[in-house]
Amino acid sequence: MIEFRNVTKTFQTKGQAITAVEKVSLTVEAGDIFGIIGFSGAGKSTLLRLVNLLEKPTEGEVLINDKSLTDYTKKELRQQRRDIGMIFQNFNLFTSRTVAKNIAYPLELAGVAKAEIKHKVEELLRFVGLSDKAKHYPEQLSGGQKQRVGIARALATSPRILICDEATSALDPNTTADILQLIQKVNKELGITVLLITHEMQVIEAICNRVAVMEEGRVIESGTVFDTFTNPQHATTKRFISATEQDLPSAHLLEKWSGSQLYRLIFKGDKASDPLLSQATRKHQVDVNIIYGTVKELQQRFFGNLIVSFEGEEQKIQAVLQELRQAIEVKEVAIA
Amino acid sequence: MKVDWQTFWPRIVEATGQTLTMVIATLIFSTIIGTIIGLTLFATRKGGILENRWVAIILNLGINIIRPIPFVILLVALMPLTRTVVGTTIGTAAAIFPITIAASFVVARVVENNLISIDPGVIEAAEAMGASPLQIIRTVLIPEALGPLVLGLTFVTVSLIDFSAVAGTVGGGGLGHIAMTHGYQRFDTSVIVVTVVILIILVQLAQWLGNTLSSKILRR
Ligand SMILES: Nc1ncnc2c1ncn2[C@@H]1O[C@H](COP(=O)(O)OP(=O)(O)OP(=O)(O)O)[C@@H](O)[C@H]1O
Ligand SMILES: [Mg+2]
Repeated sequence: MIEFRNVTKTFQTKGQAITAVEKVSLTVEAGDIFGIIGFSGAGKSTLLRLVNLLEKPTEGEVLINDKSLTDYTKKELRQQRRDIGMIFQNFNLFTSRTVAKNIAYPLELAGVAKAEIKHKVEELLRFVGLSDKAKHYPEQLSGGQKQRVGIARALATSPRILICDEATSALDPNTTADILQLIQKVNKELGITVLLITHEMQVIEAICNRVAVMEEGRVIESGTVFDTFTNPQHATTKRFISATEQDLPSAHLLEKWSGSQLYRLIFKGDKASDPLLSQATRKHQVDVNIIYGTVKELQQRFFGNLIVSFEGEEQKIQAVLQELRQAIEVKEVAIA
Repeated sequence: MKVDWQTFWPRIVEATGQTLTMVIATLIFSTIIGTIIGLTLFATRKGGILENRWVAIILNLGINIIRPIPFVILLVALMPLTRTVVGTTIGTAAAIFPITIAASFVVARVVENNLISIDPGVIEAAEAMGASPLQIIRTVLIPEALGPLVLGLTFVTVSLIDFSAVAGTVGGGGLGHIAMTHGYQRFDTSVIVVTVVILIILVQLAQWLGNTLSSKILRR
Protein backbone atom coordinates (compact mmCIF):
# COMPACT_ATOMS: atom_id res chain seq x y z
CA MET A 1 0.00 0.00 0.00
CA ILE A 2 2.82 2.38 0.95
CA GLU A 3 6.25 1.43 -0.27
CA PHE A 4 9.47 3.29 0.38
CA ARG A 5 12.07 2.34 -2.17
CA ASN A 6 15.57 3.29 -1.15
CA VAL A 7 14.40 6.76 -0.19
CA THR A 8 16.85 9.49 0.77
CA LYS A 9 15.96 13.04 1.77
CA THR A 10 18.69 15.64 2.07
CA PHE A 11 18.07 19.22 3.19
CA GLN A 12 20.38 21.92 1.89
CA THR A 13 20.88 24.50 4.56
CA LYS A 14 23.46 27.25 4.64
CA GLY A 15 26.72 25.62 3.76
CA GLN A 16 25.80 22.09 4.75
CA ALA A 17 23.62 19.21 3.72
CA ILE A 18 21.56 17.39 6.35
CA THR A 19 20.48 13.89 5.45
CA ALA A 20 17.26 13.47 7.38
CA VAL A 21 16.27 10.17 5.76
CA GLU A 22 18.84 7.79 4.32
CA LYS A 23 18.20 4.85 1.99
CA VAL A 24 14.98 3.76 3.64
CA SER A 25 13.13 0.79 2.20
CA LEU A 26 9.90 -0.22 3.91
CA THR A 27 6.55 -1.64 2.96
CA VAL A 28 3.33 -0.85 4.76
CA GLU A 29 0.65 -3.39 3.85
CA ALA A 30 -3.04 -2.56 3.49
CA GLY A 31 -4.71 -2.92 6.88
CA ASP A 32 -1.53 -2.39 8.89
CA ILE A 33 -1.13 -0.10 11.84
CA PHE A 34 2.52 0.50 11.17
CA GLY A 35 4.57 2.34 13.77
CA ILE A 36 7.87 4.07 13.25
CA ILE A 37 9.76 4.78 16.43
CA GLY A 38 12.91 6.78 16.95
CA PHE A 39 14.48 9.39 19.17
CA SER A 40 14.21 13.09 18.39
CA GLY A 41 15.90 14.04 15.13
CA ALA A 42 15.91 10.48 13.80
CA GLY A 43 14.03 11.63 10.69
CA LYS A 44 10.58 10.26 11.51
CA SER A 45 8.61 13.37 10.61
CA THR A 46 10.53 13.78 7.40
CA LEU A 47 9.83 10.17 6.45
CA LEU A 48 6.13 10.64 7.14
CA ARG A 49 5.96 13.86 5.13
CA LEU A 50 7.45 12.03 2.17
CA VAL A 51 4.28 9.92 2.04
CA ASN A 52 2.01 12.79 0.98
CA LEU A 53 4.86 14.63 -0.71
CA LEU A 54 4.99 17.52 1.74
CA GLU A 55 8.69 16.71 1.23
CA LYS A 56 10.06 15.52 -2.09
CA PRO A 57 12.49 12.61 -1.93
CA THR A 58 16.03 13.51 -2.99
CA GLU A 59 16.57 9.95 -4.15
CA GLY A 60 14.42 6.85 -4.45
CA GLU A 61 10.66 6.89 -4.51
CA VAL A 62 7.58 6.46 -2.38
CA LEU A 63 4.83 4.42 -3.96
CA ILE A 64 1.20 4.61 -2.90
CA ASN A 65 -0.74 1.71 -4.37
CA ASP A 66 2.17 1.10 -6.73
CA LYS A 67 2.18 4.66 -8.04
CA SER A 68 4.73 7.32 -7.25
CA LEU A 69 3.21 10.64 -6.21
CA THR A 70 6.05 12.46 -7.97
CA ASP A 71 4.58 11.32 -11.29
CA TYR A 72 1.44 13.40 -10.82
CA THR A 73 0.88 17.00 -11.87
CA LYS A 74 0.31 19.51 -9.07
CA LYS A 75 -3.43 19.33 -9.58
CA GLU A 76 -3.49 15.54 -9.60
CA LEU A 77 -1.29 15.52 -6.51
CA ARG A 78 -3.84 17.63 -4.61
CA GLN A 79 -6.46 15.11 -5.65
CA GLN A 80 -4.29 12.24 -4.43
CA ARG A 81 -3.69 13.92 -1.09
CA ARG A 82 -7.38 13.58 -0.30
CA ASP A 83 -6.73 9.86 -0.16
CA ILE A 84 -4.17 10.31 2.62
CA GLY A 85 -5.48 11.80 5.86
CA MET A 86 -2.94 13.38 8.19
CA ILE A 87 -3.03 14.25 11.88
CA PHE A 88 -0.49 16.19 13.88
CA GLN A 89 1.06 16.50 17.32
CA ASN A 90 -0.26 20.04 17.70
CA PHE A 91 -3.57 19.25 16.01
CA ASN A 92 -3.23 22.18 13.57
CA LEU A 93 -6.90 23.08 13.70
CA PHE A 94 -8.11 26.31 12.10
CA THR A 95 -8.69 28.76 14.96
CA SER A 96 -11.09 30.82 12.85
CA ARG A 97 -13.38 27.86 12.24
CA THR A 98 -15.74 25.97 14.51
CA VAL A 99 -15.32 22.25 15.06
CA ALA A 100 -17.91 21.49 12.37
CA LYS A 101 -16.29 23.95 9.94
CA ASN A 102 -12.87 22.44 10.58
CA ILE A 103 -14.19 19.02 9.65
CA ALA A 104 -16.00 20.47 6.66
CA TYR A 105 -12.84 22.12 5.33
CA PRO A 106 -11.42 19.29 3.20
CA LEU A 107 -14.91 18.68 1.80
CA GLU A 108 -15.26 22.35 0.85
CA LEU A 109 -11.91 22.09 -0.94
CA ALA A 110 -13.16 19.05 -2.80
CA GLY A 111 -16.25 21.00 -3.89
CA VAL A 112 -18.76 18.74 -2.18
CA ALA A 113 -22.34 20.04 -2.05
CA LYS A 114 -23.43 21.85 1.13
CA ALA A 115 -26.12 19.37 2.15
CA GLU A 116 -23.77 16.48 1.70
CA ILE A 117 -21.07 18.22 3.75
CA LYS A 118 -23.54 18.77 6.59
CA HIS A 119 -24.51 15.11 6.56
CA LYS A 120 -20.92 13.89 6.43
CA VAL A 121 -19.79 16.24 9.22
CA GLU A 122 -22.57 15.00 11.49
CA GLU A 123 -21.59 11.43 10.79
CA LEU A 124 -17.91 12.15 11.54
CA LEU A 125 -18.77 14.02 14.74
CA ARG A 126 -20.70 10.96 15.88
CA PHE A 127 -17.81 8.67 14.95
CA VAL A 128 -15.34 10.60 17.09
CA GLY A 129 -17.88 11.24 19.84
CA LEU A 130 -18.07 15.04 19.61
CA SER A 131 -21.61 15.66 18.36
CA ASP A 132 -22.24 18.13 21.18
CA LYS A 133 -19.20 20.24 20.29
CA ALA A 134 -20.03 21.06 16.66
CA LYS A 135 -20.37 24.82 17.23
CA HIS A 136 -17.40 25.17 19.59
CA TYR A 137 -14.14 26.81 18.58
CA PRO A 138 -10.84 24.91 18.99
CA GLU A 139 -9.70 27.00 21.98
CA GLN A 140 -12.75 25.74 23.88
CA LEU A 141 -11.64 22.11 23.58
CA SER A 142 -9.26 19.91 25.56
CA GLY A 143 -6.22 18.39 23.86
CA GLY A 144 -7.92 15.04 23.41
CA GLN A 145 -11.01 16.66 21.92
CA LYS A 146 -8.84 18.70 19.55
CA GLN A 147 -7.17 15.52 18.33
CA ARG A 148 -10.61 13.95 17.80
CA VAL A 149 -11.48 16.90 15.60
CA GLY A 150 -8.15 16.42 13.81
CA ILE A 151 -9.00 12.79 13.18
CA ALA A 152 -12.52 13.60 11.99
CA ARG A 153 -11.12 16.22 9.63
CA ALA A 154 -8.52 13.77 8.31
CA LEU A 155 -11.26 11.21 7.66
CA ALA A 156 -13.64 13.62 5.93
CA THR A 157 -12.57 12.76 2.41
CA SER A 158 -12.75 9.01 3.16
CA PRO A 159 -9.04 8.36 2.71
CA ARG A 160 -7.55 4.88 2.56
CA ILE A 161 -4.45 5.89 4.48
CA LEU A 162 -4.09 7.82 7.72
CA ILE A 163 -0.66 9.18 8.66
CA CYS A 164 -0.07 10.38 12.22
CA ASP A 165 2.81 12.60 13.27
CA GLU A 166 3.22 12.11 17.03
CA ALA A 167 -0.55 12.29 17.38
CA THR A 168 -0.53 11.59 21.12
CA SER A 169 2.71 13.25 22.20
CA ALA A 170 0.96 16.35 23.52
CA LEU A 171 -1.60 14.36 25.52
CA ASP A 172 -1.70 12.89 29.02
CA PRO A 173 -1.61 9.08 29.42
CA ASN A 174 -5.38 8.64 29.77
CA THR A 175 -6.18 10.80 26.78
CA THR A 176 -3.41 9.08 24.84
CA ALA A 177 -5.09 5.75 25.46
CA ASP A 178 -8.45 7.15 24.24
CA ILE A 179 -6.96 8.56 21.06
CA LEU A 180 -5.04 5.34 20.38
CA GLN A 181 -8.29 3.43 20.76
CA LEU A 182 -9.93 5.78 18.29
CA ILE A 183 -7.10 5.25 15.80
CA GLN A 184 -7.55 1.52 16.23
CA LYS A 185 -11.26 1.92 15.56
CA VAL A 186 -10.44 3.87 12.40
CA ASN A 187 -8.27 0.96 11.30
CA LYS A 188 -10.68 -1.83 12.22
CA GLU A 189 -14.05 -0.32 11.38
CA LEU A 190 -13.16 1.78 8.36
CA GLY A 191 -10.35 -0.44 7.07
CA ILE A 192 -7.94 2.47 6.87
CA THR A 193 -4.21 1.71 6.79
CA VAL A 194 -2.38 3.66 9.48
CA LEU A 195 1.22 4.81 9.45
CA LEU A 196 2.23 6.52 12.66
CA ILE A 197 5.42 7.87 14.13
CA THR A 198 6.19 8.20 17.81
CA HIS A 199 8.98 8.20 20.34
CA GLU A 200 6.94 6.22 22.84
CA MET A 201 7.14 2.46 22.92
CA GLN A 202 3.75 2.31 24.67
CA VAL A 203 2.08 3.66 21.56
CA ILE A 204 3.60 0.94 19.40
CA GLU A 205 2.77 -1.68 22.00
CA ALA A 206 -0.82 -0.56 22.32
CA ILE A 207 -2.00 -0.58 18.71
CA CYS A 208 0.65 -1.36 16.09
CA ASN A 209 1.09 -4.69 14.39
CA ARG A 210 4.33 -3.76 12.71
CA VAL A 211 7.16 -1.50 13.71
CA ALA A 212 10.30 0.05 12.28
CA VAL A 213 13.00 1.61 14.42
CA MET A 214 14.77 4.67 13.03
CA GLU A 215 18.09 6.16 13.94
CA GLU A 216 19.99 8.92 12.18
CA GLY A 217 17.77 8.72 9.13
CA ARG A 218 18.02 4.97 8.68
CA VAL A 219 15.69 2.14 9.54
CA ILE A 220 17.79 -0.07 11.77
CA GLU A 221 15.24 -2.73 12.58
CA SER A 222 11.75 -3.63 11.47
CA GLY A 223 9.25 -6.45 11.74
CA THR A 224 6.17 -7.47 13.65
CA VAL A 225 5.78 -5.74 16.98
CA PHE A 226 5.86 -9.07 18.79
CA ASP A 227 9.14 -10.25 17.28
CA THR A 228 10.82 -6.89 17.54
CA PHE A 229 9.70 -6.39 21.09
CA THR A 230 10.53 -9.84 22.37
CA ASN A 231 13.78 -10.22 20.52
CA PRO A 232 15.30 -6.80 19.88
CA GLN A 233 18.52 -6.87 17.87
CA HIS A 234 19.75 -3.33 17.88
CA ALA A 235 20.98 -1.38 20.88
CA THR A 236 18.59 1.48 20.18
CA THR A 237 15.63 -0.88 20.03
CA LYS A 238 16.68 -2.31 23.37
CA ARG A 239 16.83 1.16 24.80
CA PHE A 240 13.26 1.83 23.72
CA ILE A 241 12.09 -1.38 25.26
CA SER A 242 13.94 -0.91 28.51
CA ALA A 243 12.43 2.55 28.72
CA THR A 244 9.02 0.94 29.19
CA GLU A 245 10.01 -2.12 31.16
CA GLN A 246 13.22 -2.10 33.03
CA ASP A 247 15.24 -5.22 32.49
CA LEU A 248 16.53 -5.41 36.02
CA PRO A 249 15.65 -3.93 39.37
CA SER A 250 18.10 -1.32 40.63
CA ALA A 251 21.51 -2.37 41.96
CA HIS A 252 20.34 -1.38 45.40
CA LEU A 253 17.60 -3.99 45.38
CA LEU A 254 19.74 -6.59 43.68
CA GLU A 255 22.26 -6.48 46.53
CA LYS A 256 19.91 -8.60 48.60
CA TRP A 257 20.39 -11.48 46.19
CA SER A 258 24.13 -11.19 45.86
CA GLY A 259 24.66 -14.71 47.22
CA SER A 260 22.30 -16.49 44.87
CA GLN A 261 22.17 -17.15 41.15
CA LEU A 262 19.37 -15.31 39.36
CA TYR A 263 17.71 -16.47 36.17
CA ARG A 264 15.71 -14.62 33.60
CA LEU A 265 12.76 -16.58 32.21
CA ILE A 266 11.26 -15.36 28.96
CA PHE A 267 7.81 -16.64 28.04
CA LYS A 268 6.33 -15.93 24.65
CA GLY A 269 2.87 -16.48 23.29
CA ASP A 270 0.95 -19.48 24.66
CA LYS A 271 3.84 -20.49 26.88
CA ALA A 272 3.11 -17.53 29.06
CA SER A 273 -0.21 -19.00 30.04
CA ASP A 274 1.01 -22.55 30.73
CA PRO A 275 1.78 -23.35 34.39
CA LEU A 276 5.33 -24.40 33.42
CA LEU A 277 7.18 -22.88 36.29
CA SER A 278 4.94 -24.19 39.03
CA GLN A 279 4.81 -27.67 37.46
CA ALA A 280 8.58 -28.00 37.18
CA THR A 281 9.36 -26.67 40.63
CA ARG A 282 6.70 -28.81 42.30
CA LYS A 283 7.88 -31.90 40.51
CA HIS A 284 11.49 -31.46 41.66
CA GLN A 285 10.65 -29.99 45.04
CA VAL A 286 12.43 -26.73 44.43
CA ASP A 287 11.22 -23.37 45.76
CA VAL A 288 11.03 -20.47 43.41
CA ASN A 289 11.32 -16.81 44.28
CA ILE A 290 9.92 -14.40 41.72
CA ILE A 291 11.98 -11.29 42.18
CA TYR A 292 11.07 -9.03 39.36
CA GLY A 293 9.35 -9.03 36.03
CA THR A 294 6.48 -8.20 33.74
CA VAL A 295 3.84 -10.09 31.85
CA LYS A 296 2.12 -8.16 29.13
CA GLU A 297 -0.02 -8.46 26.08
CA LEU A 298 1.45 -7.69 22.67
CA GLN A 299 -0.66 -8.10 19.57
CA GLN A 300 -3.04 -10.31 21.53
CA ARG A 301 -0.21 -12.57 22.67
CA PHE A 302 1.40 -12.86 26.08
CA PHE A 303 4.95 -11.88 26.69
CA GLY A 304 6.49 -12.58 30.09
CA ASN A 305 9.88 -11.66 31.42
CA LEU A 306 10.62 -12.86 34.97
CA ILE A 307 13.68 -12.77 37.15
CA VAL A 308 13.71 -15.63 39.64
CA SER A 309 15.95 -17.46 42.05
CA PHE A 310 15.62 -21.11 43.11
CA GLU A 311 16.09 -22.64 46.51
CA GLY A 312 16.80 -26.33 46.90
CA GLU A 313 19.37 -28.98 46.10
CA GLU A 314 21.64 -27.90 43.25
CA GLN A 315 20.95 -31.07 41.30
CA LYS A 316 17.23 -30.54 41.47
CA ILE A 317 17.55 -26.94 40.45
CA GLN A 318 19.49 -28.04 37.37
CA ALA A 319 16.72 -30.47 36.56
CA VAL A 320 14.13 -27.71 36.78
CA LEU A 321 16.22 -25.50 34.53
CA GLN A 322 16.62 -28.25 32.01
CA GLU A 323 12.90 -28.82 31.93
CA LEU A 324 12.17 -25.13 31.55
CA ARG A 325 14.72 -24.71 28.76
CA GLN A 326 12.78 -27.11 26.62
CA ALA A 327 9.79 -24.78 26.57
CA ILE A 328 11.00 -21.27 27.23
CA GLU A 329 14.10 -19.12 27.16
CA VAL A 330 16.25 -19.18 30.31
CA LYS A 331 19.23 -16.91 30.86
CA GLU A 332 21.56 -16.55 33.78
CA VAL A 333 21.56 -13.04 35.19
CA ALA A 334 24.93 -11.65 36.10
CA ILE A 335 24.85 -9.37 39.09
CA ALA A 336 27.47 -6.70 38.77
CA MET B 1 -6.46 88.16 12.02
CA LYS B 2 -8.97 86.04 13.86
CA VAL B 3 -11.63 84.02 12.08
CA ASP B 4 -15.29 84.73 12.44
CA TRP B 5 -16.54 81.42 13.90
CA GLN B 6 -20.08 82.09 12.68
CA THR B 7 -18.97 81.68 9.07
CA PHE B 8 -15.98 79.50 9.81
CA TRP B 9 -17.83 76.44 11.20
CA PRO B 10 -19.16 75.33 7.82
CA ARG B 11 -15.56 75.37 6.55
CA ILE B 12 -14.47 73.20 9.47
CA VAL B 13 -17.28 70.77 8.70
CA GLU B 14 -16.34 70.73 5.04
CA ALA B 15 -12.65 70.18 5.91
CA THR B 16 -13.53 67.35 8.28
CA GLY B 17 -15.49 65.79 5.41
CA GLN B 18 -12.44 66.11 3.15
CA THR B 19 -10.20 64.54 5.76
CA LEU B 20 -12.64 61.68 6.23
CA THR B 21 -12.85 61.20 2.47
CA MET B 22 -9.09 61.07 2.20
CA VAL B 23 -8.74 58.65 5.11
CA ILE B 24 -11.52 56.31 4.03
CA ALA B 25 -10.54 56.29 0.35
CA THR B 26 -6.85 55.74 1.08
CA LEU B 27 -7.68 53.09 3.67
CA ILE B 28 -9.70 51.15 1.11
CA PHE B 29 -7.14 51.52 -1.68
CA SER B 30 -4.08 50.85 0.46
CA THR B 31 -5.74 47.88 2.14
CA ILE B 32 -6.42 46.30 -1.23
CA ILE B 33 -3.00 47.07 -2.71
CA GLY B 34 -1.11 46.44 0.55
CA THR B 35 -2.85 43.13 1.18
CA ILE B 36 -1.98 41.92 -2.30
CA ILE B 37 1.66 42.96 -1.85
CA GLY B 38 1.78 41.52 1.68
CA LEU B 39 0.30 38.20 0.60
CA THR B 40 2.72 38.03 -2.30
CA LEU B 41 5.62 38.80 0.02
CA PHE B 42 4.53 36.02 2.36
CA ALA B 43 3.78 33.47 -0.33
CA THR B 44 7.04 34.00 -2.22
CA ARG B 45 9.37 33.94 0.78
CA LYS B 46 11.70 30.98 1.33
CA GLY B 47 9.66 27.87 2.04
CA GLY B 48 6.46 29.76 1.17
CA ILE B 49 3.50 28.31 -0.68
CA LEU B 50 4.57 30.01 -3.91
CA GLU B 51 8.28 30.37 -3.22
CA ASN B 52 9.89 32.70 -5.73
CA ARG B 53 13.24 34.17 -4.87
CA TRP B 54 13.27 37.03 -7.36
CA VAL B 55 9.76 38.31 -6.71
CA ALA B 56 10.53 38.29 -2.99
CA ILE B 57 13.81 40.16 -3.44
CA ILE B 58 12.30 42.82 -5.70
CA LEU B 59 9.28 43.43 -3.45
CA ASN B 60 11.41 43.68 -0.34
CA LEU B 61 13.80 46.05 -2.06
CA GLY B 62 10.89 48.24 -3.20
CA ILE B 63 9.40 48.41 0.25
CA ASN B 64 12.71 49.08 1.90
CA ILE B 65 13.36 51.96 -0.48
CA ILE B 66 9.95 53.62 -0.21
CA ARG B 67 9.19 53.15 3.50
CA PRO B 68 12.04 55.10 5.09
CA ILE B 69 11.27 58.19 2.96
CA PRO B 70 9.53 60.78 5.17
CA PHE B 71 5.99 61.26 3.90
CA VAL B 72 6.41 65.02 3.20
CA ILE B 73 9.31 64.28 0.89
CA LEU B 74 7.55 61.39 -0.81
CA LEU B 75 4.54 63.64 -1.33
CA VAL B 76 6.64 66.23 -3.13
CA ALA B 77 8.70 63.66 -5.02
CA LEU B 78 5.57 61.98 -6.31
CA MET B 79 4.04 65.23 -7.62
CA PRO B 80 4.94 64.70 -11.28
CA LEU B 81 3.48 61.19 -11.12
CA THR B 82 0.43 62.50 -9.27
CA ARG B 83 -0.14 65.07 -12.02
CA THR B 84 0.02 62.37 -14.69
CA VAL B 85 -2.31 60.01 -12.87
CA VAL B 86 -4.84 62.38 -11.25
CA GLY B 87 -4.43 65.38 -13.59
CA THR B 88 -3.70 67.86 -10.79
CA THR B 89 -1.60 68.11 -7.64
CA ILE B 90 -4.08 70.24 -5.71
CA GLY B 91 -7.12 69.06 -3.82
CA THR B 92 -8.41 66.01 -2.02
CA ALA B 93 -8.32 63.68 -5.02
CA ALA B 94 -4.70 64.61 -5.69
CA ALA B 95 -3.79 63.87 -2.06
CA ILE B 96 -5.34 60.41 -2.16
CA PHE B 97 -2.79 59.14 -4.70
CA PRO B 98 0.47 59.73 -2.76
CA ILE B 99 -1.13 58.73 0.55
CA THR B 100 -2.28 55.45 -1.01
CA ILE B 101 1.23 54.75 -2.30
CA ALA B 102 2.87 55.43 1.05
CA ALA B 103 0.24 53.56 3.04
CA SER B 104 0.18 50.51 0.75
CA PHE B 105 3.75 49.68 1.66
CA VAL B 106 3.00 50.09 5.34
CA VAL B 107 -0.05 47.82 4.99
CA ALA B 108 2.07 45.31 3.05
CA ARG B 109 4.45 44.93 6.00
CA VAL B 110 1.60 44.79 8.50
CA VAL B 111 -0.07 42.04 6.47
CA GLU B 112 3.20 40.14 6.05
CA ASN B 113 3.97 40.31 9.78
CA ASN B 114 0.54 39.02 10.69
CA LEU B 115 0.81 36.18 8.20
CA ILE B 116 4.20 35.17 9.57
CA SER B 117 2.64 34.75 13.00
CA ILE B 118 0.16 32.15 11.70
CA ASP B 119 1.15 28.67 12.88
CA PRO B 120 2.90 27.08 9.87
CA GLY B 121 1.39 23.76 10.93
CA VAL B 122 -2.06 25.03 10.01
CA ILE B 123 -0.91 25.96 6.52
CA GLU B 124 0.74 22.57 6.21
CA ALA B 125 -2.47 20.86 7.31
CA ALA B 126 -4.33 22.64 4.51
CA GLU B 127 -1.68 21.58 2.02
CA ALA B 128 -1.93 17.99 3.22
CA MET B 129 -5.69 18.16 2.62
CA GLY B 130 -5.08 19.12 -0.98
CA ALA B 131 -5.53 22.90 -0.86
CA SER B 132 -4.02 24.88 -3.75
CA PRO B 133 -1.93 27.99 -3.00
CA LEU B 134 -4.82 30.29 -3.91
CA GLN B 135 -7.21 28.28 -1.75
CA ILE B 136 -4.74 28.53 1.12
CA ILE B 137 -4.60 32.30 0.75
CA ARG B 138 -8.38 32.64 0.66
CA THR B 139 -9.42 30.02 3.19
CA VAL B 140 -6.50 29.89 5.61
CA LEU B 141 -4.19 32.90 5.51
CA ILE B 142 -6.79 35.66 5.44
CA PRO B 143 -9.29 34.21 7.95
CA GLU B 144 -6.61 33.03 10.36
CA ALA B 145 -4.84 36.40 10.39
CA LEU B 146 -7.95 38.59 10.25
CA GLY B 147 -8.18 39.55 13.95
CA PRO B 148 -4.66 40.95 14.34
CA LEU B 149 -4.86 42.27 10.78
CA VAL B 150 -7.78 44.52 11.73
CA LEU B 151 -5.74 45.86 14.63
CA GLY B 152 -2.84 46.47 12.25
CA LEU B 153 -5.12 48.31 9.85
CA THR B 154 -6.44 50.40 12.73
CA PHE B 155 -2.86 51.41 13.43
CA VAL B 156 -2.48 52.29 9.74
CA THR B 157 -5.70 54.33 9.85
CA VAL B 158 -4.21 56.51 12.56
CA SER B 159 -1.17 57.12 10.33
CA LEU B 160 -3.55 57.90 7.48
CA ILE B 161 -5.12 60.68 9.53
CA ASP B 162 -1.59 61.93 10.08
CA PHE B 163 -0.69 61.59 6.37
CA SER B 164 -3.88 63.38 5.32
CA ALA B 165 -3.05 66.32 7.58
CA VAL B 166 0.42 66.53 6.05
CA ALA B 167 -1.01 66.29 2.54
CA GLY B 168 -3.44 69.04 3.56
CA THR B 169 -0.62 71.44 4.25
CA VAL B 170 0.55 71.25 0.66
CA GLY B 171 -2.83 71.77 -0.95
CA GLY B 172 -4.69 68.53 -0.23
CA GLY B 173 -7.50 70.28 1.62
CA GLY B 174 -8.98 68.94 4.82
CA LEU B 175 -8.21 69.79 8.43
CA GLY B 176 -4.46 69.96 7.82
CA HIS B 177 -4.99 72.67 5.25
CA ILE B 178 -7.16 74.74 7.59
CA ALA B 179 -4.79 74.37 10.49
CA MET B 180 -1.94 75.45 8.25
CA THR B 181 -3.54 78.44 6.55
CA HIS B 182 -5.55 79.85 9.43
CA GLY B 183 -3.81 78.55 12.48
CA TYR B 184 -0.17 78.59 11.54
CA GLN B 185 0.14 81.32 8.96
CA ARG B 186 -2.34 83.69 10.69
CA PHE B 187 -1.47 82.81 14.26
CA ASP B 188 -5.02 81.86 15.21
CA THR B 189 -4.63 79.44 18.12
CA SER B 190 -8.34 78.75 18.38
CA VAL B 191 -8.34 77.19 14.88
CA ILE B 192 -5.40 74.99 15.81
CA VAL B 193 -7.16 73.88 18.99
CA VAL B 194 -10.39 73.05 17.15
CA THR B 195 -8.65 71.05 14.41
CA VAL B 196 -6.50 69.20 16.90
CA VAL B 197 -9.55 68.28 18.96
CA ILE B 198 -11.36 67.01 15.87
CA LEU B 199 -8.28 64.98 14.83
CA ILE B 200 -8.07 63.46 18.30
CA ILE B 201 -11.73 62.51 18.17
CA LEU B 202 -11.23 60.90 14.75
CA VAL B 203 -8.25 58.90 16.01
CA GLN B 204 -10.17 57.74 19.09
CA LEU B 205 -13.11 56.75 16.95
CA ALA B 206 -10.92 54.77 14.55
CA GLN B 207 -9.16 53.02 17.41
CA TRP B 208 -12.44 52.12 19.10
CA LEU B 209 -13.90 50.78 15.88
CA GLY B 210 -10.80 48.71 15.19
CA ASN B 211 -10.64 47.30 18.69
CA THR B 212 -14.31 46.36 18.70
CA LEU B 213 -14.11 44.72 15.31
CA SER B 214 -10.97 42.72 16.06
CA SER B 215 -12.22 41.50 19.42
CA LYS B 216 -15.39 40.34 17.66
CA ILE B 217 -13.27 38.39 15.20
CA LEU B 218 -10.94 37.04 17.87
CA ARG B 219 -13.90 36.18 20.13
CA ARG B 220 -12.40 37.85 23.18
N1 LIG C 1 13.06 21.69 6.43
C1 LIG C 1 14.23 21.28 6.97
N2 LIG C 1 15.37 21.92 6.68
C2 LIG C 1 16.54 21.53 7.22
N3 LIG C 1 16.68 20.49 8.04
C3 LIG C 1 15.58 19.80 8.37
C4 LIG C 1 14.29 20.16 7.86
N4 LIG C 1 13.38 19.30 8.36
C5 LIG C 1 14.08 18.45 9.15
N5 LIG C 1 15.40 18.74 9.15
C6 LIG C 1 16.45 18.00 9.88
O1 LIG C 1 16.32 16.63 9.61
C7 LIG C 1 16.55 15.85 10.76
C8 LIG C 1 15.35 14.96 11.04
O2 LIG C 1 14.24 15.76 11.39
P1 LIG C 1 12.80 15.17 11.69
O3 LIG C 1 11.92 16.31 12.03
O4 LIG C 1 12.38 14.31 10.57
O5 LIG C 1 13.09 14.30 12.98
P2 LIG C 1 12.05 13.57 13.94
O6 LIG C 1 12.53 12.17 14.07
O7 LIG C 1 10.67 13.81 13.50
O8 LIG C 1 12.33 14.31 15.32
P3 LIG C 1 11.29 14.74 16.46
O9 LIG C 1 11.00 13.51 17.26
O10 LIG C 1 12.09 15.74 17.26
O11 LIG C 1 10.09 15.32 15.81
C9 LIG C 1 16.86 16.82 11.88
O12 LIG C 1 18.24 16.90 12.02
C10 LIG C 1 16.31 18.13 11.39
O13 LIG C 1 17.03 19.19 11.90
MG1 LIG D 1 8.98 14.93 14.34
